[in-house]
Amino acid sequence: MTQPIIRLSGLDKFYGDFQALSQINLDIKTGEFFSLLGPSGCGKTTLLRSIAGFETSSAGSLHIDGQSMDGVPANKRPTNMVFQSYAIFPHMSVAENVAYGLKARKLPKVEIKARVAEAIDMVGLQGFDERASHALSGGQRQRVALARALVLKPRVLLLDEPLSALDKKLREQMQSELRRLQRAVGITFVLVTHDQEEALTMSDRIAVMFDGKIEQVASPQILYGKPSTRKVAAFIGMMNFLDAKIMTTSGDNVEVEVQSLGKLTLPLKQATGGLDGCNSVGVRPEMLTILMGSQTSEREIEAEVTEVSYYGDMTYYDVKLPAKEDPITVSMRNTAGRKVLEVGAKARVGWSTSSLLLLK
Amino acid sequence: MLSFQKWRRSESAQGLFLISPTLGFALLLLAVPLIMVAALSFWTQDYLTLDRTFTTANYVTAWTEPMYQYLMARSLKISIFVTAATVFLAYPVAYFISFHVAPKRKAMWIFLITIPFWTSYLMRIFLWKVILGYNGVINGSLTGLGIIDEPLSFILYNQNAVVLTLAHAWVPFAILPIFVALERVDRSLIEAAEDLGDSGLRRFLRVTLPLSMPGVIAATIIVFIPTIGDYVTPRLVGGPNGLMISNMIELQFKKANNAPLGAALAISAMGIVTFFALAFLWLNRRYVRGPS
Amino acid sequence: MRGKSRFFNWFIGFFLLFLYAPAILLPVFAFNASSIVSFPLTGFTTEWFSVLLTNGTLHVAARNSLLIAITTAIFSTLLAVLAARASTRFSFFGRRSIMGFVMLPMVLPEIIIGVSLLVVIIQMGFELSLWSITMGHILICTPFCIAILSSAFMNLDKSLEEASFDLGQTRWNTFWLVIFPLVMPGIVASLLIAFTISLDEFIIAFFLAGTEPTLPVYIWGQLRFPAKLPSLMALGTVLLFVSIGLLLIADYFRRRGIRKTGIENTGGFL
Repeated sequence: MTQPIIRLSGLDKFYGDFQALSQINLDIKTGEFFSLLGPSGCGKTTLLRSIAGFETSSAGSLHIDGQSMDGVPANKRPTNMVFQSYAIFPHMSVAENVAYGLKARKLPKVEIKARVAEAIDMVGLQGFDERASHALSGGQRQRVALARALVLKPRVLLLDEPLSALDKKLREQMQSELRRLQRAVGITFVLVTHDQEEALTMSDRIAVMFDGKIEQVASPQILYGKPSTRKVAAFIGMMNFLDAKIMTTSGDNVEVEVQSLGKLTLPLKQATGGLDGCNSVGVRPEMLTILMGSQTSEREIEAEVTEVSYYGDMTYYDVKLPAKEDPITVSMRNTAGRKVLEVGAKARVGWSTSSLLLLK
Repeated sequence: MLSFQKWRRSESAQGLFLISPTLGFALLLLAVPLIMVAALSFWTQDYLTLDRTFTTANYVTAWTEPMYQYLMARSLKISIFVTAATVFLAYPVAYFISFHVAPKRKAMWIFLITIPFWTSYLMRIFLWKVILGYNGVINGSLTGLGIIDEPLSFILYNQNAVVLTLAHAWVPFAILPIFVALERVDRSLIEAAEDLGDSGLRRFLRVTLPLSMPGVIAATIIVFIPTIGDYVTPRLVGGPNGLMISNMIELQFKKANNAPLGAALAISAMGIVTFFALAFLWLNRRYVRGPS
Repeated sequence: MRGKSRFFNWFIGFFLLFLYAPAILLPVFAFNASSIVSFPLTGFTTEWFSVLLTNGTLHVAARNSLLIAITTAIFSTLLAVLAARASTRFSFFGRRSIMGFVMLPMVLPEIIIGVSLLVVIIQMGFELSLWSITMGHILICTPFCIAILSSAFMNLDKSLEEASFDLGQTRWNTFWLVIFPLVMPGIVASLLIAFTISLDEFIIAFFLAGTEPTLPVYIWGQLRFPAKLPSLMALGTVLLFVSIGLLLIADYFRRRGIRKTGIENTGGFL
C-alpha cells in the first residue's frame, strides 16, 4: 500500500479542562470512503474540523499527503468541507457559489466557467446556475455544497453530517449518490455521522469513537460481525449480552461459564478484542431462532415470550431465559406459513456456539 | 514568548483587539468624564476660580437644603409616576400587537408605534403645551362641545402635564422590550395552561405575565433612569411647581456658575435613581419568578 | 371574547390618538394661516414654509446639525461594527461587562452625559464647539448602532466564514466578500438611525453648544418668541417627514437583510 493520505498521530484536543480528543492515531488511505461514527459529543466533528484546520490540536501531529499540517491554516490545506448547514453563500447564485474557491485561486475566467459547468453537471444541477441560493431545496443546497467543494479537486473531501438535515427518503437517495460520486471522482471522502446505518452502507472503513477516543477502526462487515468491544457491539446494530466468566484456556479454546447457557467451550478467535477482561458474551438477534414443531438446532434453550414487535418482513421477540432477569431479543424472518407467536407463549430458542462473541 | 504568540492568535485576544477602539472611546468619553464629575463634586467654586481642596460641603448642601430635598423628592415621585403610567399603558399595547395582530403585520405595527417618536423632541413637548393649554385643543373642544364652561386649568403647568408629556415620550421605549418578551412566550405553554383548566385571566396571570416579566423589568429600567434627567419637559409644561432636579443641575452648571454643587446634585440624583432601580430589580428577583 | 376584543380596540384607538396627537397637529398648524398657534384654524397657507427658505441663522444651524449628524453616523457605526463583531463572534475575557459598559449611555440620563462632557472639556481647557457635540452624540448613538448591528452579525452563520476560508480565501477577503455584503443592510440601518438621533438631539447639544447652534438649539431659542412659532411648526413638519423617510429607508434595508440571510421576519425596529 502507498502512504496514507491522512496520518494522525497522538492527537489531543483540550477545551479548557475538557478533553475532546485523546491520543488519536489514525491512517486514512488514499481514495477510500472513510467514516467517523459515534454518538453526539464523542469528538468526531472536532476531529474532522482539526483535519480541515478549524481547530488547532493541543498535542500530536497531522500529516496530509505526507506534509505536516502544523501551522497550515484552513485556506492553505488540500482539503475541502461540506458543512452540516451547507453554508451556501446566501447572496450569491449557484454558479457564483461554485466558482467561489476557483476565484480565490485567481484562475482564468474561461477555465473557471468550464469547471463550474462541469461541477454543476456532475451533481445533477444542470439549469440551476443562475438560481438564487435561498430559493433552493435542502437536497439542492447539499448538491451545491458538494459541487463547490469538489470543483477544487481537493485531496480529501470532508463531510460534516451532510445528510442529517434531509428527510428519510431523500437521505437514502443521497447516500447512494454520494457513494457513486466518490467512486467517480476517486477523491478520499471523510464523513462524520451519528447514524450507524449510514456509515455501514456508504463506507469502505469506519472509525467508531466514544468520549474522544477511537474504539475500533474496521470495515463495515468486521465492525458488525466482529466488534472488538461491548460498546461498539451495542452501538452498531442490536446485540444481546449475557454475563460470562472465563474458567480456563487450553490451546486454541477457552472454557467459559455463561449466564443461562451454562459451561461452554469456545474457540479463542471468538474473543474478538482479546481475552483480557472479557466478562460478557454477545449474540446478534438474527443468530438466534425460535424453533417450530420438529425443527432442531445445534443447541436450544426453553424461554417465554414477553413482547412481540411485528415489522412486516421481520418479527422481533423479547424472550425471557431462565436465570436472566432482562429478556433477550430474537429476530425472525416472516417466511410463508410461519406463525407469529403471542406474548406468554413458551418457545424453544435455537442457538450455536459459533455465533457467540466474547467481549469486554 | 511562545505562549504570548499563541495568546495573540486566540479568540480572547482577537475579540479584545477588535473591541478596543469602541471600549477606548467609551472609557475616554464616559468613564473619565464621570470620574471627573465625581472629583468635581468634592471641590468648591467661587465665581470662576476652582478650589481643589477636598470637601463634602456640596453633598451636605445637596442633602440638607430643603429646596434640594424637595426637588429631589418631587423628581423621584414624577419619575415613578411616569414609569408606572408608561408601563401600564405599554403592556396592553404590546400584548395587543403580540397576540391580536397577524404575524405578517406585527413589524408594521411596531413601526407605527415608533413614528411619533421621530417628531422633533422639542416640538413634541411644545405641542403638548398647545394641546393642554388654557386656549388649547382640549379646552377648546370641551368648551366648544359645551361640556365645560370654564377652561380647565389643572392640565397644564403642573406635575400632571409633566407626567403626561414624559409618558408620551417614553411609551415606545417601553412597548418594544415588553413586545419582544411577549413574542418569546411559547404559545403552547398558554395552551397547556388552558388544557390544564385555567380560565383566560388565570392563564394570563399565571403564565403570560410571569413569562413576560423580563420585558416589563427592562421597560421599567429603560424609562425610569433617563426620565430623571429631563430638564426640557418640566421647563416647558411643568410651570413653577413642575420643575425637577435636572433643572436645578442645569441651573448650577450654566447660570449659577456653581458646577461643583451641580456635580454633587447630579451624582446624588444618579445614586438615588440607581438605588431605586436596584431595589426594584431585587424585589422582582425575590417575589416574581420569571423564566430563568 | 367579543367584549374583550372590543375593549382592546377602544384602548388601542385611544392610545394611537394619544400617541399621534402631536405628530398630527404639527402639520396642521404648519399650514394654518393664523400667526397664533391655536384653534380655531383660520385658513390654508404655505407662507411659514417660505419663511424658512430665507432664514440665514436657520440655515447655519441646519448645516451644523447635518455636519454633526453625518459625522456621528459614520463614527458610531464604525465603532458599533467593531463591538458587534467582537461580541457576536469571539468570546473574550470580560465580554459581558465590557459590552454592558459600552451600552451604558443607552440608559444613562442624557443630562449626566452632557454634564460630564462639559466638565471634561472645561477642565481640559478646550473650547466648546461642534466637535464637543459630535463626541457626545457618538457616545449616545453607538449603543443603538450596536443593538442593530449585533442582530445583523448574530444572524450570520459562522460556517459561512469557515466555508469561505475552507475554499481558499484569506480572512480579509472573507470579510469583504461574505460578511460585509450580508451585514450591509444592518450597516445602512445603523447609519440612518444614528443620523436621525443626532439630528434631533437637544439635551447634550444644549450643554455642549458653543457659539454655533445646532438645529434643536436654534429651535429652543425661538420657542420664546410667539411670532416665530408658525414657522417652527413648518420646520418641525419638514424634519418629521425627513425622519420618517430615513426610517422607511432603514427599515427597507433591514428587511432586505433579513430576506437575504433567509431568516423569518419577526422583530421590529431597534
